[in-house]
Amino acid sequence: MTISPSTIEQVIPGQGAMAQPSAAPGRAKRRRFRFMANAKAATGLAILASYGLFAIIGPWVAPYDPDARSNDVLQAPSARHWFGTTHLGQDIFSQILVGTRSVVVVGLIAGVLATTLSILIGVTSGYLGGMADEAGSALSNVFLVIPALPLIIIVTSIVEQASDTLVALIIGCTSWAWGARVLRAQTLSLRRRDYVEAARATGERTWRIILFEILPNLTAIIASGFVGTVIFAVMSEITLAFIGISSVSSWNWGTILFWAQGQQALAQGAWWWFVPAGLAIALLGTALALINFGIDEFVSPRLRSGGRTRIRTADGRTARMRVGFTPVLAPAAAVPQARTEEAGDE
Amino acid sequence: MRFLLQRIAFYLFTAWAAITLNFFIPRMIPGDPVQSLISRNQGRISADAIQSLRVLFGLDKNQSLWTQYVDYWKQLFHGDLGLSFTFFPTPVSTVIGDSLPWTVGLVGITTVVSFFLGTALGVGAGWRRGSWIDALLPATTFLSSIPYFWLGLVAIALFAGPGSVFPSSGGYEPGLVPAFDQYFIPSAIQHSILPAATILVSSMSGWLLSMRNMMVTVASEDYITVAHAKGLSERRVALSYAARNALLPNVSGFALSLGFIVGGTLLVEIVFSYPGLGFQLFQAVGAKDYPLLQGIFLIITISVLVANLLADVAYLLLDPRTRKSG
Repeated sequence: MTISPSTIEQVIPGQGAMAQPSAAPGRAKRRRFRFMANAKAATGLAILASYGLFAIIGPWVAPYDPDARSNDVLQAPSARHWFGTTHLGQDIFSQILVGTRSVVVVGLIAGVLATTLSILIGVTSGYLGGMADEAGSALSNVFLVIPALPLIIIVTSIVEQASDTLVALIIGCTSWAWGARVLRAQTLSLRRRDYVEAARATGERTWRIILFEILPNLTAIIASGFVGTVIFAVMSEITLAFIGISSVSSWNWGTILFWAQGQQALAQGAWWWFVPAGLAIALLGTALALINFGIDEFVSPRLRSGGRTRIRTADGRTARMRVGFTPVLAPAAAVPQARTEEAGDE
Repeated sequence: MRFLLQRIAFYLFTAWAAITLNFFIPRMIPGDPVQSLISRNQGRISADAIQSLRVLFGLDKNQSLWTQYVDYWKQLFHGDLGLSFTFFPTPVSTVIGDSLPWTVGLVGITTVVSFFLGTALGVGAGWRRGSWIDALLPATTFLSSIPYFWLGLVAIALFAGPGSVFPSSGGYEPGLVPAFDQYFIPSAIQHSILPAATILVSSMSGWLLSMRNMMVTVASEDYITVAHAKGLSERRVALSYAARNALLPNVSGFALSLGFIVGGTLLVEIVFSYPGLGFQLFQAVGAKDYPLLQGIFLIITISVLVANLLADVAYLLLDPRTRKSG
């Protein structure tokens, strides 16, 4: 591992902050719990929290040294080796546990870097307008259109044996554009609102308006952009390790898949070699995506999937609830002209 | 028309930026990976090739950066991307020309199919909120969280064993000569089914979700209520009124996310050893073939730009407002 424990401790609190993206710092607890009450967000946060825990304690609780070879070569999962062993007898469960840290750290560093860049470029170009806006949005559009993954692959492959931190920095520097674009659009709509005009009229400085009037109202967008970037960063890091560009000596889930692919694990029928790593990636991705859904639905309640939409009317027909319609629930006799189309469709 | 011209100007600017980036990347690295490569291959590389590499990677320290830049552009306009190290002495442009049709065929077709299929399902899910398609959403989220390449590995393990009709690697039966005849075409299609299915499964859910959310938003607009009040059929309101308007953000999203999709599909090619650009990129990475790497990056970027331009034209056709302002 190239990351010292102190950097991890510095990074982990950032994850805590992400856990309550829509709660204003000092404000009542109630809002925080309202976000948590969303089943999707709560599930996502719970999964994420367990990943965070393993990132911290993984190397200590791992039953074996991930590099240690043994005589149990290419064994299926058993009580001794929960996820089986590799061609050298290395314990795959330990490799996954140890690799969690690298994945989480890269995701966080890249996420924080990209989010900071997107705020800097998106909010300033949206608020200032004019030339700054032109330059900012041209820059972010260019980065948006250039395919990020090939660019990351090329930059990383030219640097010999890239470390985790370097990979995170490269990913962060290339993946901020989407967030910047969304933030710019929202800032444009916020900057002419009455409360911002009022702040300007009372003579607040520009940086104060941006930091204290605009930014708090962008929290949800920033949070969802952060989550999106972390997903992208984790996928990119694993991809880089899988195709063998970044350093092969430190463990992450991509490294496991790299060895599995290199040793023809599939042809040998060693499914346990690549299934756990893939599921770990997919579960992390799902958790992050669920948090993003939670944020979206928190901000725009209309997107929540609409529970029970079929209701039975008094005279035994069924009506489907939907936006913009008020179904007729009274008996048909009372409402002779009742629309029957609603009951008829479907 | 003005809209289109603006977009073309933007894409030219982006192409310039990408090429300039490509020019600077090897020059920003401390040390000199290419110099060591040339000395390793001493004797195998001709003087001309060394000169071309010098221009590409800025090894000629006597020239100013500006002269190097001008030389680089001149070389690009001659279609000279340098010589590939792995396929020495084939020029990079020939190597790319051989693999480009495979990628364009596979990625192009699957991307378009997944866009239409995902959008169609999204229309259904958004219009009938709370129906069974909504229940599918968490499953599709899970599917789209799986890395493309891993899904490809699983697909090979499950479907491509010995005795299966699906081959696990390659783009056509070894021994066949690429040509448009009755032997080659079926073989190529047979080889592309698994990679295509992998890409479809993992890329469709994004379109589904964004289309559903737009449909839900549009469904409460006043003009939808008016359309219902006019007594139009449910189908007509859903397709010609709601879906048509909900489609616009999805089309512009299509253009913007193309870069991501292409990145993902390159990995599918790697897993299936499909003879396209992604597999070529993978081999170039392994062999430290920098000219090939950079050439592939340029070609991918330019193809994405062209695809974006096409998406813009589609947007122009779908949205009358952009036509009117011109």
